[in-house]
Amino acid sequence: MSKIFAFHGGIHPPENKKQSTRAPIRLAPIPEQLTIPIQQHIGAPAKPCVQVGEQVLKGQMIAEAQGRISVSIHASSSGTITDISPQAVPHPSGLEAPCIRIKTDGQDQWAPHQGLADYRSLPQLELIDYIRNHGIAGMGGAGFPTDVKLHLGDDHIVNTLIINAAECEPYITADDMLIRERAEQIVGGIEIINYLLNPTHILIGIEDNKAHAIRVLEDALRHTELNIDIVVVPTKYPSGGEKQLVRLLTGVEVPSGRIPADVGIVCQNIGTVAAINQAVFHGTPLISRIVTVTGGAAGKPQNLEALIGTPISDLLETAQVNHKTLSRLVMGGPMMGFTIEDDAIPIIKTSNCIIAAVKEEMPPAPPSQACIRCGLCEQACPAELLPQQLFWFSKSREFEKAKHHNLFDCIECGACSYVCPSNIPLVQYYRFAKNEIRAEEAEQRKSDQARQRFEARQARLEQAVLDKEIRRKERAEQAAKTQAAKKASNETAAKTPEDNIKQLKTAAAITRTKLKKALSALEVAKADSSDNIAQLDLQYKQADHAAEEAQKALELAQSGPQVPTTSAAPDIKQLKTQAAVARTKLKKAQQALKIAEDKGHDGADTLRATVVQLEEKSAAAQLAFASAETSTASSGSPLLALKESTDKALGTLKKAEAALETAIANNSPAAEKMKAGVVKLKAKYTEALAAQKSAELNTQTTSAPKATEVPAQNVEQQPTARTPADLKALKQNVSIMRTKLKKAETLFASAEADSEQAGELQQEIVRLTQLHKDAKAQLDAEEAGKIKAAAAQGIDLKKLKIDAALARAAVTKLERSIKKAQEAESAELNALQNELLAAQQQATQFNNTLSQFE
Amino acid sequence: MALIRITSPHVHKPTSTAGIMRLVILATLPGILAMTFFFGWGTLINIIWASALAVTFEALCIKARHRPLSFYLKDNSAILTAVLIALALPPFAPWWLTAIAVFVAIVIAKQLYGGIGQNPFNPAMVAYALVLISFPVEMTRWTAPFMLYGEGWNILAFTDTLSLIFGSWAEHADAFTSATPLDEMRHRGGLTTEEAWRASDVLANVGAWHAVSAAYAMGGVLLLYKKIFSWHTPAAFLLSLGGIATFFYIISPDTYADPFFHLTVGGTMLGAFFIATDPVSSATSNKGKIWFGIGIGCLIYIIRTWGNYPDAVAFSILLMNLAAPFIDQYTQPRAYGHKAPKRGMKGKA
Amino acid sequence: MSAVLIAILVLLSLAVVFGLVLGFAAVKFKVEGNPIVDQIDDLLPQTQCGQCGHPGCRPYAEAIANGEQINKCPPGGQSTIEALADLLDVEAVPLDAEHGEESIKTVAYIREDECIGCTKCIQACPVDAILGAAKQMHTVIVSECTGCDLCVEPCPVDCIDMLPIETTLNNWKWTPPVPGIELIATDTGRTITHASNKEGTPS
Repeated sequence: MSKIFAFHGGIHPPENKKQSTRAPIRLAPIPEQLTIPIQQHIGAPAKPCVQVGEQVLKGQMIAEAQGRISVSIHASSSGTITDISPQAVPHPSGLEAPCIRIKTDGQDQWAPHQGLADYRSLPQLELIDYIRNHGIAGMGGAGFPTDVKLHLGDDHIVNTLIINAAECEPYITADDMLIRERAEQIVGGIEIINYLLNPTHILIGIEDNKAHAIRVLEDALRHTELNIDIVVVPTKYPSGGEKQLVRLLTGVEVPSGRIPADVGIVCQNIGTVAAINQAVFHGTPLISRIVTVTGGAAGKPQNLEALIGTPISDLLETAQVNHKTLSRLVMGGPMMGFTIEDDAIPIIKTSNCIIAAVKEEMPPAPPSQACIRCGLCEQACPAELLPQQLFWFSKSREFEKAKHHNLFDCIECGACSYVCPSNIPLVQYYRFAKNEIRAEEAEQRKSDQARQRFEARQARLEQAVLDKEIRRKERAEQAAKTQAAKKASNETAAKTPEDNIKQLKTAAAITRTKLKKALSALEVAKADSSDNIAQLDLQYKQADHAAEEAQKALELAQSGPQVPTTSAAPDIKQLKTQAAVARTKLKKAQQALKIAEDKGHDGADTLRATVVQLEEKSAAAQLAFASAETSTASSGSPLLALKESTDKALGTLKKAEAALETAIANNSPAAEKMKAGVVKLKAKYTEALAAQKSAELNTQTTSAPKATEVPAQNVEQQPTARTPADLKALKQNVSIMRTKLKKAETLFASAEADSEQAGELQQEIVRLTQLHKDAKAQLDAEEAGKIKAAAAQGIDLKKLKIDAALARAAVTKLERSIKKAQEAESAELNALQNELLAAQQQATQFNNTLSQFE
Repeated sequence: MALIRITSPHVHKPTSTAGIMRLVILATLPGILAMTFFFGWGTLINIIWASALAVTFEALCIKARHRPLSFYLKDNSAILTAVLIALALPPFAPWWLTAIAVFVAIVIAKQLYGGIGQNPFNPAMVAYALVLISFPVEMTRWTAPFMLYGEGWNILAFTDTLSLIFGSWAEHADAFTSATPLDEMRHRGGLTTEEAWRASDVLANVGAWHAVSAAYAMGGVLLLYKKIFSWHTPAAFLLSLGGIATFFYIISPDTYADPFFHLTVGGTMLGAFFIATDPVSSATSNKGKIWFGIGIGCLIYIIRTWGNYPDAVAFSILLMNLAAPFIDQYTQPRAYGHKAPKRGMKGKA
Repeated sequence: MSAVLIAILVLLSLAVVFGLVLGFAAVKFKVEGNPIVDQIDDLLPQTQCGQCGHPGCRPYAEAIANGEQINKCPPGGQSTIEALADLLDVEAVPLDAEHGEESIKTVAYIREDECIGCTKCIQACPVDAILGAAKQMHTVIVSECTGCDLCVEPCPVDCIDMLPIETTLNNWKWTPPVPGIELIATDTGRTITHASNKEGTPS
């Protein structure tokens, strides 16, 4: 006999157990309809694996475990699945949860099942999986999946296995009767658990009010080789609580917030042990359990072996419950059970008792009085808490303090409520407080998550704006570059027959050199901090301008003949704005330059460079605009352009002359060269004039050849319409190629060391790459074709859909406003109604076409 | 079938607050009998008078606070308070003194704090302390045990007592008043305890006081047996008082009274079993109750020996009531599965 | 004269010494406290609904830190106001009805066959709880939705509903016990809220 270690507190409520132990366990009749919740255990609900209308056999799996903490569910009898829908389930809330309903056929036909001949030959993990697949969950209280408890991993060393047969709650005798009638199952089950956990000792905790059961159990244990101790504990509620029983039998306390396994102890309910035995030796999953049906209203209080999913009403009928005297229906024991309002609720794996109480045995609780701090609750609390402090804190919603007073160590056994002289529903206060704390924590987690997501989103949006800015800049740069490139290519590519272009070119080149020289002079002067910087600068600018004009003239001359074919009327506007923008930019830059120069600023040079650039751009834009305009005006004739270019050349010449004059006046060293430039410009001008004249003659003869547009639609008809199977095959082909290629590549990588094969492999890879490419190209072509083919119809369809939806929304919105108008008795009502009618018509029209189309 | 959804548990122990109160009142019966036996009808008359007043005051307060009347009156707590006040007051206390005491206890010390279960101080002791301070003359005038007067049991007739209490006190006062043994011991002048014992008539008849104390203790043991309160408070109270008294008695038997005297005269026994065990105003946990009791015991001895008042049960209990929340914070029991008890409001381990 | 001088010197030296000590302590024992804005932000429900008139919870937290009223958060309700009052040590005031009333918690639900895939709700959602792409049906990730209802207004086809969060076995809560007779006035008509408001904390 083991020593017994008392735990603090506890109570001695009237036992009321004798009533239901008189009759032997009886099989409850098979109900017409089984309602089997898919979650009867702690953890994830099982996933239904049957369809409505399917025939199932007894013991067939109908929902399989998903996730680590879960167990599967089996059909309790044979029949047809009629429904998988939410039904009222055994829960204090009375809420509904998903259930599988089976209409039984009365045959009770078993699915083929077979036990394990020798479970010891199976590896432990497989055996645990076997138990999981047979739906075994704790049958004592919470319904914790048994396989989880049996598979603790290597971090838990189990030295004590406790079999909980205490059954301390009043009224309940299911375990008692199970021991009395089926002790050999329990012994078999213990042997299986022993094989899985290999504990150093095994204890069966049983209360001393079950003398008969203890005797039977002792007899049964003679047949086993295991060393199992039956520890008879004094009858005291709640000695069957897991933590209390652990303390009673071992003297060890399970640390707060931990599980017994953390101190090397595993507890199993005795009913679960028997279920394991049945599953392993007979292959029968957990589809029935022993339920005590008792209470003052029960004519024949007894224990029934009921199929999981049997509605309670059937059991009440079997126990001949008098519905007239029945006042309270409790599922579970009187201390921790819950009342149920609906007797269609089914029996589940954890339902150990149904009490059909008359008013006298469970009178309605008298109104609660004030707490007088009598301390009786504290004396009764098996968790050694201060129930009245917890009560005050819960009542005044000081949850933080309640937590500090170890609220979460409360096992909700109800001992405090039982002894309270003021009839305060203490347990309900604790449950309420626990729920609130958990809800608050969940809320806090959720709001933290929301904050994170919100901040992440903000960051993303900001980044997007930045990225956009960067991309815009890049694009602008790219555009500038391409423009420059175009310019360059234009220059080279333009092969106009006109001679004057060449001359213009040279003129431009000359002005450019002049410009350069002026620049270098300026720089030299600057370096010497000479006095005449300003003048030189002016010269430089003028020269610059001249050079530019010349360049433009050249460009114009070059592009002139091409203008008619490339430019179109709408471009003009754009060009105009571009030109205007360029001008303003130039002006601004010039101003800035001036200011900078006045101040002798360092950045003047760079600014100057910008100004030059801008000038260039502005001029180009202006030019483009002008040429576009003229080209449209002259409907394709290069004449006007030429005219203008001559004008420009004239202007340049004049300016160059003026620049020369000033340069001479200032005794500039560049004056000589500028002079030469002017001469050349003059020549250019005359030539340009000549070109213009000749062009004028040409205009009459040139006709405007218009480019015919290639019908683009033809292209779309090109792709051949192949069957989708083809596409699939192609896709597969591609992926096969890809894999082959990859394999070859990896082979190549490994083979590189011994180079014999390397060459070959490389060739192979090249070949494969080609193959892959081909396949891919084929596929791409196919897909593109498909998409195009679909586009012709699809776009219409989508648009139509959207239109229809919008019309519908308009109708609802109008309806709403009409309602409002009605409420406000508005004058607009009529108008609104008319509008509504129109909108409705439209909506129906859309809907009709849509339905036709679809 | 009208089924209701109620939270568990579905069965309750057939105890009630009213029942507990009734039991405590019953447990005072031996004390009441002893008081009547030795000091006359005054005690009984006071109890009835005080109870009537208490119920009246309670009813008025409940009415004023818009609370259900019969529900609260049925809990017997007002009557218990009244009985305790009546037992603590001198047997021939004038009617108005009792009335003031009951008013203070029920209205001020109890209902103004929020009624039953909410009072931080024991109402009876608040009332006692108040009248003791306000009316020292009336309060210190006890009668001598009637055994003094002649042969055998000879107490004042019932009607005479009535007229004494409800009539004019002053006319008869001197004829009956006498100091209590504690008074005698305090105001013995330069005499040693030994001389005082020999000199004083009152002290010669201290046996009556012993008997009354024994009667209270009997009631207390009954309550203890019935598990109305735990042993912690009275045991700690009596042991600490006895211990200190023994200590000083050993040091100087001439200056200090013996421990037996301390334990059996004055309000010691009444306080230990009926007042200090009042759950509402005492410490909560068992450990806390021990500290609570020790505090009372020490304070009683200190005030009795070196203070201004002859008896100190009321003051000591009130002072410890004040300390009860503090004690509670530092004497939380170690909960199941925890290594160490939590201390303080923040629950630091 | 010298006495006065001595006194001044002594006081000065004392001042210097204490100044040094205080300065040292200020540096040495500097409390890296959670800035008040963060603490306030922690208490707000993070629905980012903007009912307070600020574009999100954090801006409102900043506004509160700068002296704005604490009663402008309907999703947080009275409990948030109380928590804020507790943190800031100010009087808890009732919720400002101007900004909306405390209502039951809801989540957005998109009637998916009516959705036209305009992505407007996606852009409106402050916590990225709506999933979808242009011209594709959208849906709400219920576990991420804060119930701010900012997506309802932009929807052109009105296909978003705010549905109350359903009670399931997992989030079902025990109700607080009905206040006993101790709290109910003899004239029960005088609303229980009155009684429960009056009910103070225990002594």
